[in-house]
Amino acid sequence: MEEDEILQHSFYMTSIMDNEFPRILNLKDITLKSPIPVEILRGMLVQAGLAGVERGAEAPPITVLRFPSFWPACRVLPEERPRGLLGRRDAAAPSRAASPEPAGTPAERPRGAARVRHCTACASRTLYWGGGALLIASMESSFSFFQEKERQELGGAEPPGEEGAMAASPPEPEPPSPAPWEAERSPADPEPGPLGDVPGPRGPAPAAPPREPSAPTPGSPDPDLAAPWRPGRTSSAGAGPDPRRRPSEERESAPHHASPSEEASFPWAPQSGAGLRGPWGASHDDSPREERGVIISPEEDSDGHWDPALPEPRASEEAPSMLDIAIQNAKSFLQSTSSKTGLNLYDHLANMLTKILDERPENAVDIIEKISQDVKLAHFSKKFDTLQNENELLPAYEIAERQRVLFLQGHLEGADQELEDEMVENSLPNVMESAYYFEQAGVGLGTDETYRIFLALKQLTDTHPIQRCRLWGKILGLEMNYIIAEVEFREGEEEEEVEEEDVADEKDNGESEAEDEEDELPKSLYKAPQAIPKEESRTGANKYIYFVCNEPGRPWVKLPLVTPAQIVTARKIKKYFTGRLDAPVISFPPFPGNESNYLRAQIARISAGTHISPLGFYQFGEEEGEEEEEVEGGRDSFEENPEFEGIQVVDLVESLSNWVHHVQYILPQGRCNWFNPTRKNEEEEEEIEEEKEEKGEEPDYIEQEVGPPLLTPISEDLEIQNIPPWTARLSSHFIPQYAIAVLRSNLWPGAYAFSNGKKFENFYIGWGHKYSVDNYTPPVLPPVYQEYPSRSEVIEMDDPSVEEEQALMAAKEASEFVAEEIEESEEDEYEEEDED
Amino acid sequence: MDADSLLLSLELASGSGQGLSPDRRASLLTSLLLVKRDYRYDRVLFWGRILGLVADYYIAQGLSEDQLAPRKTLYSLNCTEWSLLPPATEEMVTQTDVVKGRFMGDPSHEYEHTELQKVTEGEKSFDEEVVVQIKEETRLVSIIDQIDRAVAIVPRGALFKTPFGSTHVNRTFEGLSMSEVKKLSSYFHFREAVDLKNKTLLEKANLDPSLDFLDSLEYDIPKGSWSIQMERGNALVVLRSLLWPGLTFYHAPRTKNYGYIYVGTGPILPFFIPPSLWGPAPRGLPGQETQSKALASGKLECATAGDTRTRLLATAGGDNLQPSFEEDK
Repeated sequence: MEEDEILQHSFYMTSIMDNEFPRILNLKDITLKSPIPVEILRGMLVQAGLAGVERGAEAPPITVLRFPSFWPACRVLPEERPRGLLGRRDAAAPSRAASPEPAGTPAERPRGAARVRHCTACASRTLYWGGGALLIASMESSFSFFQEKERQELGGAEPPGEEGAMAASPPEPEPPSPAPWEAERSPADPEPGPLGDVPGPRGPAPAAPPREPSAPTPGSPDPDLAAPWRPGRTSSAGAGPDPRRRPSEERESAPHHASPSEEASFPWAPQSGAGLRGPWGASHDDSPREERGVIISPEEDSDGHWDPALPEPRASEEAPSMLDIAIQNAKSFLQSTSSKTGLNLYDHLANMLTKILDERPENAVDIIEKISQDVKLAHFSKKFDTLQNENELLPAYEIAERQRVLFLQGHLEGADQELEDEMVENSLPNVMESAYYFEQAGVGLGTDETYRIFLALKQLTDTHPIQRCRLWGKILGLEMNYIIAEVEFREGEEEEEVEEEDVADEKDNGESEAEDEEDELPKSLYKAPQAIPKEESRTGANKYIYFVCNEPGRPWVKLPLVTPAQIVTARKIKKYFTGRLDAPVISFPPFPGNESNYLRAQIARISAGTHISPLGFYQFGEEEGEEEEEVEGGRDSFEENPEFEGIQVVDLVESLSNWVHHVQYILPQGRCNWFNPTRKNEEEEEEIEEEKEEKGEEPDYIEQEVGPPLLTPISEDLEIQNIPPWTARLSSHFIPQYAIAVLRSNLWPGAYAFSNGKKFENFYIGWGHKYSVDNYTPPVLPPVYQEYPSRSEVIEMDDPSVEEEQALMAAKEASEFVAEEIEESEEDEYEEEDED
Repeated sequence: MDADSLLLSLELASGSGQGLSPDRRASLLTSLLLVKRDYRYDRVLFWGRILGLVADYYIAQGLSEDQLAPRKTLYSLNCTEWSLLPPATEEMVTQTDVVKGRFMGDPSHEYEHTELQKVTEGEKSFDEEVVVQIKEETRLVSIIDQIDRAVAIVPRGALFKTPFGSTHVNRTFEGLSMSEVKKLSSYFHFREAVDLKNKTLLEKANLDPSLDFLDSLEYDIPKGSWSIQMERGNALVVLRSLLWPGLTFYHAPRTKNYGYIYVGTGPILPFFIPPSLWGPAPRGLPGQETQSKALASGKLECATAGDTRTRLLATAGGDNLQPSFEEDK
């Protein structure tokens, strides 16, 4: 059973080494089913570049394997670990003293060591070698527990049967580094004797003899080194008490280790040098000698130097001690924690390398700065994960939910077929077909959006009594856009609006009554010219009803009827739409209404200017011949010509006279059918007549405004400062025989029409602004009104000057004198009379 | 938009309604590839379309390794044969500024412009009317340059500056996050930084020199000249320039897809002043008085903008922006 598992593991191991991902995925299943020693699993994953490793702080440690995005975090509990797959004892052995068994065959120990070499470099790092690549997985620093465990496990014996399995296992990722290092060292140190003397007394006697031949033959070290070591170890393993005694001694006799005080780190310290040399050593991976080197040096370290007397390791340890110290110093410098961020460079570099090896970006050196930044950023995002991200996409979900309804409506409809039958005429236009043609012309929304609009239109036609429906276009706004549908209600089913004007009138009355109680304020004599009434629904500019929505799926809103005043003002202003129908339109001249009115006015203007059809597609209705109408504004209704046979596309492109307007021209007054403002109510008329007669004014006569009649060819459209109003083109010059005619309005940029000879369609997409060569300038403010007419009696007189005063006085005196004289004379006369 | 991902880009930018017909798309895909080979560009952008009365100009730009190096501009009338345009000079811009109206669609078309020139003969000086001929090709160069400088944009992080000073496409750019997407500060002008140099040290303190080396849209003048919209739920952000209507920038958040396309008629002078800018009347601009008063009264929206764009900027910017206006000049 165990053997099988081992085989399995080694198999997957191999596959991982080969970087075969499908098999790695298998591995996941396996690990979930059967317990694998954590170290092995982790080692495999890390070696495959699949996982970073984290270890829980408290004991017993929970090993958390973090996988790159595609695997969820998986936890392996320590209880699952011990089953000694690779000959390790259960962790139950509390201390090394309690596991008296000597280490097993050397063959399996390196295996464990090779898979997972925790902390080879330092207390909190793990270095792995595999497939020639160096991987560094960062771990949490509390590592001592695990080390302890590791030592116990390595010290434990294993069933002998497994050795075969181990041997059968394919090339394993061994830490090759120490071997080359030693290979260099051993020839370099010709005198192992004195060095060997130091540990000599501590070394077990049987180990000594085999050592001797190996040391003096540096020229051919490989076979010789390999041969004595094995027996050396087995024999020493036989001496049970020895290994137990060693650590304490080692502690005393290892002053060259950087941190001897730390119990946890000291056995590992010698390996640190090896660890750092890993990449260098990896290049020599092939030689068989190295494998053996691997077997020996780490094992002896991890197992508490139970082969301390070996001259080679001794020599090597002695010599690099300076190097080791330097390395330790460098390392401790790298590990110094930043006072600002609490990070240290060593961790950071390790994380970066892990990320690079995980993701394997191309030319990683070019983007190393960015990677460094990403790694640092990752520190932040982790913490926020649980707090955020949920609300951010809310609008997306909301609109998806709304649009889902559009897709579901088909099912609901299927339920009641009767309703379908009732609809004699399908009012839904084939939006996709028109969209296809417009795409040929290089206009139009994306297929996806068009289809959603299509569904939304279907919803509209299903919920309203609509006889005819058309996608008018899309007007862009600052915050949202408007999708506009042009509809015609079925006869008699029109929904009447509540007249708003009446309400307004009532308000005015109320105000004036309240004013009467107070002192009478001077009232303005100004009388606004009579408002031109809006056209009835189904006529003129209000021929169609318009529905708008911001996005397919959102509710359709019916736009109010347009009034002439709105059209007149809309011509004078130029404003961006916001996308909110209730937004105020702040402009000069003031616009009567809010954005929905402005939108409606612009729609009316654009329709009147740009809705065109091939000549002959429509004809005037014959029964529609009321004379009065003929005289006043031309015929305003038309019907489809059943005998229309189509026009050649080439003709449509070459001659604009083959296109006609099928929407009535809007007069300067703001109506399509002229309304005579001078023809007023009889009473008013009389009053005004009288007034005018009093003032001696002539009754003003307004000349009737006349526009081009319906179905006028567009070739008669006016030019805009030498710019032709339309640009006609074939949709494709590559295959002209199947091309369609495309017309683009230059007056209303964004208005397009196409025709393939028989079919036609108009479409508008843009900001809803008319083109003008010059920049828009608002009209100048009107002059300030005078408060009262300036007449002589209200003009203040100048103060008289001295001369004037004197002259006045003189004149006065003179007159008084005269008066006196007269009086005197009169008196005389009286006297005389009296006398008489 | 990148010519390599033209189809996807067009789909993303289709919300503005200006796409390309299938035959144009196909021929662009083919010909731009050849352009890239022949001119040895590192990257080819399909820049957009300028609508002429007779024909449209299709514009492409070639970028070298350094993304901010002067871009080469090419135009084509049939999407197949491309001609290289000369680089724009200041002289060209001032010269063509006087031309109004639409493009014709014929590069050799010549606009006529009469201007008064002072001629001095001896001691007398008098005005003389001189007719200036301006080629449409020159105007095309100038307009493209103006649009590029004013409204060509990239999301923050899409480009990065190496320590050697050159700018490269950031391969690790993974799109803006949802919180960044709606901020104007997350978008940069795709041109050499101009305003950045004028910032104070304090303002520059938090900038990352490898990423924040361009001008952000945040301080664009006039304010409010961009419309940001989220489309398709939140799956797409679309920026539309109001200064140059027709320019659409799109970016799918959290993806590498971004780009801009211009489809328009060329210069449409701006006519808006957003409400945020109603305020005290600017000083020292005779001829704008009535409008300034109207603005100052706060009851007017709208719509001034004098004869030229710079004037609008001055009006819109108000007092505190006066210096920058002068610098522009």
